[in-house]
Amino acid sequence: MVRCNMEKRASVSSIETFGLVDGPGIRTVVFFNGCMLRCKYCHNPEMWKMGPLNMSVSELVSKVIRNRPYYRRSGGGVTFSGGEPLLHADFVIEASKKLKEENIHIALDTAGVGVGKYEEILENIDLVILDIKHLDRNGYHDLVGHDMDEFFQFVDVCQKMKKTLWIRQVVVPLVHDNPDYMEMLVAYLKTLENIEKIEFLPYHKLGSEKYEKLGLENPYLEKEAMDEKRCQELYQKYIETNFS
Amino acid sequence: MRDEWKDFVEGTWMDDVNVSEFIEKNYHPYYGDESFLCGVTKRTKKVWARCEELLKEELAKHVLDIDTLNMSGIDAYDAGYIDKENEVIVGLQTDAPLKRGVNPYGGIRMVYQELDAYGYKLDPTVDKYFNLFRKTHNQGVFDAYNEEIRKCRHVGLLTGLPDAYGRGRIIGDYRRVALYGINYLMEKKKEDWDKLLGPMTNDLIQLREDVSMQYRALESIKKMASRYGFDISGPARNAHEAIQWTYFAYLAAVKENNGAAMSLGRVDDFFDIYIERDLKNGVVTEEEVQEMIDQFVIKLRLVRHLRTPEYDELFSGDPTWVTCSLAGITENKRSKVTKTSYRILHTLTNLDPAPEPNMTVLWSEELPEPFKKYCARMSIETDAIQYENDDIMRPLYGDDYAIACCVSAMRVGRDMQFFGARCNLAKALLYAINGGVDEMKGDKVLDVPAILDEVLDYDKVKAAYFHVLEIVAGIYSDAMNVIHYMHDKYAYEAGQMALHDTHVRRLMAYGVAGLSVAVDSLSAIKYAKVKPVRNEEGISVDFEVEGDFPKYGNDDDRVDDIAKEVLDKFYKELCRHKPYRNAEPTLSVLTITSNVVYGTKTGATPDGRKAGVAFAPGANPMHERDISGALASLNSVAKLNYAGCCRDGISNTFSIVPTTLGKTKEEQITNLVSVLDGYFVQGAHHLNVNVLNRETLEDAMEHPDKYPLLTIRVSGYAVRFNRLTRKQQEEVIARTFHGKM
Repeated sequence: MVRCNMEKRASVSSIETFGLVDGPGIRTVVFFNGCMLRCKYCHNPEMWKMGPLNMSVSELVSKVIRNRPYYRRSGGGVTFSGGEPLLHADFVIEASKKLKEENIHIALDTAGVGVGKYEEILENIDLVILDIKHLDRNGYHDLVGHDMDEFFQFVDVCQKMKKTLWIRQVVVPLVHDNPDYMEMLVAYLKTLENIEKIEFLPYHKLGSEKYEKLGLENPYLEKEAMDEKRCQELYQKYIETNFS
Repeated sequence: MRDEWKDFVEGTWMDDVNVSEFIEKNYHPYYGDESFLCGVTKRTKKVWARCEELLKEELAKHVLDIDTLNMSGIDAYDAGYIDKENEVIVGLQTDAPLKRGVNPYGGIRMVYQELDAYGYKLDPTVDKYFNLFRKTHNQGVFDAYNEEIRKCRHVGLLTGLPDAYGRGRIIGDYRRVALYGINYLMEKKKEDWDKLLGPMTNDLIQLREDVSMQYRALESIKKMASRYGFDISGPARNAHEAIQWTYFAYLAAVKENNGAAMSLGRVDDFFDIYIERDLKNGVVTEEEVQEMIDQFVIKLRLVRHLRTPEYDELFSGDPTWVTCSLAGITENKRSKVTKTSYRILHTLTNLDPAPEPNMTVLWSEELPEPFKKYCARMSIETDAIQYENDDIMRPLYGDDYAIACCVSAMRVGRDMQFFGARCNLAKALLYAINGGVDEMKGDKVLDVPAILDEVLDYDKVKAAYFHVLEIVAGIYSDAMNVIHYMHDKYAYEAGQMALHDTHVRRLMAYGVAGLSVAVDSLSAIKYAKVKPVRNEEGISVDFEVEGDFPKYGNDDDRVDDIAKEVLDKFYKELCRHKPYRNAEPTLSVLTITSNVVYGTKTGATPDGRKAGVAFAPGANPMHERDISGALASLNSVAKLNYAGCCRDGISNTFSIVPTTLGKTKEEQITNLVSVLDGYFVQGAHHLNVNVLNRETLEDAMEHPDKYPLLTIRVSGYAVRFNRLTRKQQEEVIARTFHGKM
């Protein structure tokens, strides 16, 4: 039998019902499988590969709505994360539409590297949490194994659509914690509009066990974690003084 | 109008005992924040410093001292002081702080064990009297118990029954003494007694005897207070007297009785009326007011009962459940938060974070925002608060109710309850499989057929289980009736019942333990393949589980519905039996720390839990099985039916890692408030909140001296972590800590 009007499905790795750091308030965070980047510091390598399409739009919507009592006063909602949610374009478009009808706040946590349809995807998105990997083309390619064009294209659409941005920068020792990079970051961020928040996340080693478990080679096996205090100092020196 | 009541708004409370109406007409809601609060005074510092010395000494010796000469009673001891010249609120259980009294009315054998454990001996005269001339509650119970009750008790199918010590969980309306004075209350009891006429049936005879005993107990309270130089025959004239009078009434209760839970009730709104009047008249300052509250709370922290080491193993850390209910809203949706609600919680800052009194915030969505935030902050800083849903209790209990023990709501002075401990639901399931034979002791306890299948069939097991629950409900009900008949007869709480209406509503408070284990076991049988591993006698000693199954605590209706069904079934069965004194049956899902001991006494279960492994406490999902995040875990518990099934309470203990709750303190506070609102708006009943790291607890287990004040919420009460047994500490650490990498 052919099913007409087939619902969109996506490959979801897990759903965290109590996200408090990926966007404002209490959030349901949906981790999609699949990502084209191979960031050396990735702490979710289990989500690199696309898995079976294990969730329909209506299943997801009902799971998200279930926690509405917790969103209301905290200003929370849903965050699409991953993996890379942009790879599930049609699913995200349809789910966002339905969730918007339910008046749910929607955030998109992304590295900006998808397969197009950005206008449609962003239409119902309230907040983009944009992950900055690197700002030098060679540095970017070296860190994530992909070129930078797609990222810039995505950011352009965000800017045109005047989407609110939260900027996230993972700070990796010897990659980002130098004046050159920091100045480059500041210069780039100054070209962007609608930035509401900038966050520095010190690189940590909590994901390294996963590489072992998955039998993957960990490019940062020997890498040291970023000193949290130093990371904070950088934030104060470069971000707090330049953006208020 | 009486002079003591000057400036109060008049009402029918003046013509009859009605503290609720007095409060409603006179209290002042407060919508501001905590900025008005004052620090600790010199006098309080001195008194508390002395207490700290004594508490340290007590911790080392376990019991500081015991009075073996006197038997407990309202007026049995001389006045005692901590530091007389600096004490603003006076009165101790015996003639010295932390010195424990002997209460033989519950059972004399227990007293021997208690004294023996600490190297004391009972005074020979007392010993002789209680053996030759006086029967105790415990002896009465065993005179009447039948064989099946004894069996169920022996194997731990029914556990923690109050048949050898005080039943507790009764809250006197201690405020009545302050508002009306003892003489008026005595007059009223006399009037009631005169009206109790008719054919002398058992019921009438018993009630007439009760009221006479209540009348005499009131006289004793007056005498006891006079030993401290106070005449409480008339109403209190100011805030100091209101607090002191109320405390005397409570003190009488803990002198007379040694129940597991000796709760205070609610006093915040009541005290606040007197305090506001005094502040307005310029008679006291905020600093003096806080001093009275701090010192009142110090007294509550010193309440002690003599217990056996076995009891301590069950309920660690010397808990007394001086549960102090705060806040809530009125039936007209007016906030009941007063400045005194803040002042009472502020003692956690002025003294230190401590488990007693058991701070219980009656949470409503409509509570003022600043108060919600203050509570959340205190939770994050002290882990000493529990929250209960006012919005679901108010429709059942009105707006002047309080919590006894952990989760049991009662209208103050109008309801009392017969504490019923609990039935082990997980063990009952094993009986259904093993034909009523105890899996640990091998005794045949119930006459039911065994299930001999190689792979367990859900429908068959469920039918057998429900049959077992039907039988157990009958035995349980019989046990309760015997216990409370004898308790009324041999250890009647005359002092506390004198502060109740004569025609009181009685609740028969049954309970269950091991809910999540029983429910996950049924789910495993239904959704996975479960094969019993049987020993030579054919008893299941282990289970092989093939495949996955939905687990309670993940917001999955497939299993959460089983939890609802099991509770519903058991409650319905309990309701089929007639309780003693026409009590109304109620049910709670609560274990306190006894989940550890119950686990020890229960064999391997079909959910894959091994023999002897601790149960999850109360209504909590089993440790580390709630893997879908904190909200999913809360949502599962929130589905259990309070009003229609478990209206004696559904306890849930929730531990969360601080950084998961938010990056800054402000964020953490806002988010915790949102969690509480989101949980309770779904009709959930109770939440213990711990905001801490597992590593802190692990470190505290190895280095207790580094964390003398570390307080955590276990199931239904708070406890100093270093006073838990090693096994209980391990169980607390094994619980799910909601956090995310």
